[in-house]
Amino acid sequence: MTYIDAPSTERPPAAKRRTWTSARITGLLLMMLWAALGLSIVYMLVSGYDPEKVTKYGPRILSGIWVTVKLVAMSIVLGALISIPVVIGRLSHNPIIGGIAFGYSYFFRGTPLLAQTFLVYYGAGQFTDVLKAAGLWVFFRDAYFCAIFTFSLNTAAYQAEILAGAIRAVPSGQWQAADALGLRPFTTMFKVILPQALITALRPYGNEVILMIKGSAIASIITVLDLMGQTRYAFSKSYDLQIYIWAAVIYLITVEVLRRLWEMMERRLTRHLRR
Amino acid sequence: MANYMELLAFGDSGWGDELAHGVLVTVTLALATLPLGLLIGFLIAVAKNSSEPLLRNAAHVYTTIFRGLPELLTLFLIYYGGQMAMSALWRLLFGHPFEVNSYLAGMIALALMFSSYASEVFLSAFKGITVGQYEGAYALGLSRFRTMLLIILPQLVRLALPGLSNLWLILLKDTSLVSVIGLTDLLRNTNIAVGVTKQAFFFFFVACSLYLVMSIISSVGLRRVSAWAERGQGRH
Repeated sequence: MTYIDAPSTERPPAAKRRTWTSARITGLLLMMLWAALGLSIVYMLVSGYDPEKVTKYGPRILSGIWVTVKLVAMSIVLGALISIPVVIGRLSHNPIIGGIAFGYSYFFRGTPLLAQTFLVYYGAGQFTDVLKAAGLWVFFRDAYFCAIFTFSLNTAAYQAEILAGAIRAVPSGQWQAADALGLRPFTTMFKVILPQALITALRPYGNEVILMIKGSAIASIITVLDLMGQTRYAFSKSYDLQIYIWAAVIYLITVEVLRRLWEMMERRLTRHLRR
Repeated sequence: MANYMELLAFGDSGWGDELAHGVLVTVTLALATLPLGLLIGFLIAVAKNSSEPLLRNAAHVYTTIFRGLPELLTLFLIYYGGQMAMSALWRLLFGHPFEVNSYLAGMIALALMFSSYASEVFLSAFKGITVGQYEGAYALGLSRFRTMLLIILPQLVRLALPGLSNLWLILLKDTSLVSVIGLTDLLRNTNIAVGVTKQAFFFFFVACSLYLVMSIISSVGLRRVSAWAERGQGRH
């Protein structure tokens, strides 16, 4: 019989590592595939670098980026403003007001953005006389304004659902507690409910901004010269696929940077909720 | 009013049959994309769930790219890029250019977008399945593949269904983009009708309503599927 009189200094055997599992081989192959794809794109962009084309289309692309930024920023802000009455409607107990708000949000979330854009841009042409009489023709004649108009209405529907959902997600005890403290409904909303709801809504709002950036490419179809529009123009003139790849790189970087920034912001704003 | 009914009549005079055909193309395109997108999305999710960092990263690159690109741009890249690549290949092999099918290009582009979102849905569904389920299956002597197929996948379907339902509705709407590359879907046929009749607002409104009807029917169907998936959960 053996006694162990001192604690063993021996470590448990190291877990056996299978160095070349099928998962690792697949992963390596896929990574090599991505690397090959990435390198060939870089090679294509470097070898196909054409100063003439850059001077010809570079400024156009830059102005396209600026148009896209303006389009997205204005749509998001206007959409946020429009979403406020829709949220009030969605949360209202009045069946008529609630029904109208629900119908609005269902229509804009249930139909393609492209179809909505066509409806506004080409549909306005059918009412030229009425719009001219109302002095609105200057607005609806311009594809750029039509795009902002449609995108704002569209994103307002999504933003309203996000905000209404976040407000509903605040536990009812918060309302009751604020009531018990004698706070007015207005104060309760702005000081108690909204600060909590906006934190829940933060992530979906970020997704909505990203969806809007991607969706804004649709404006190019109704002749708005945003990033996508300028890219399509340059492609139709040069028939050079590189231009699409440049646009893809720009969109990818924008979306990825925004996503990372939003994640950082969320982590910062929810630091009191982490355990 | 009678005038509008005439515009929507079936046959040579009205546009009813063209729009109906467009609806058919839209629905079949979405239905054809769905299995492809689900399969790729599931495989990507399995890769993201792997303990092997190389595989995980390869899967994340895929999602980053196809979730970050605008849908329209992906479509053009696949359509024009595919056209150029296939033409070069075909000229090399057979000596004549190749015409890329816009239906196929649309299907691939939609599947790429759908699968990158679906992989995230599957991934969070994977997190809802406890380790005990795997351990139990292995203890019973099931192979990894059979564990996935017989134990994990049936539970995964229930957990992923709400997210996938949303993605289906998005897919249905995104099919409208293929009208830009010339596929005669609902929106394209509506455009043609507008070009001839000049009744833009009316026809685009009809098209929007048809999309709404499609999504309402889908929602009803999906609610049934969800009730079926939840049948073992003891609540109705």
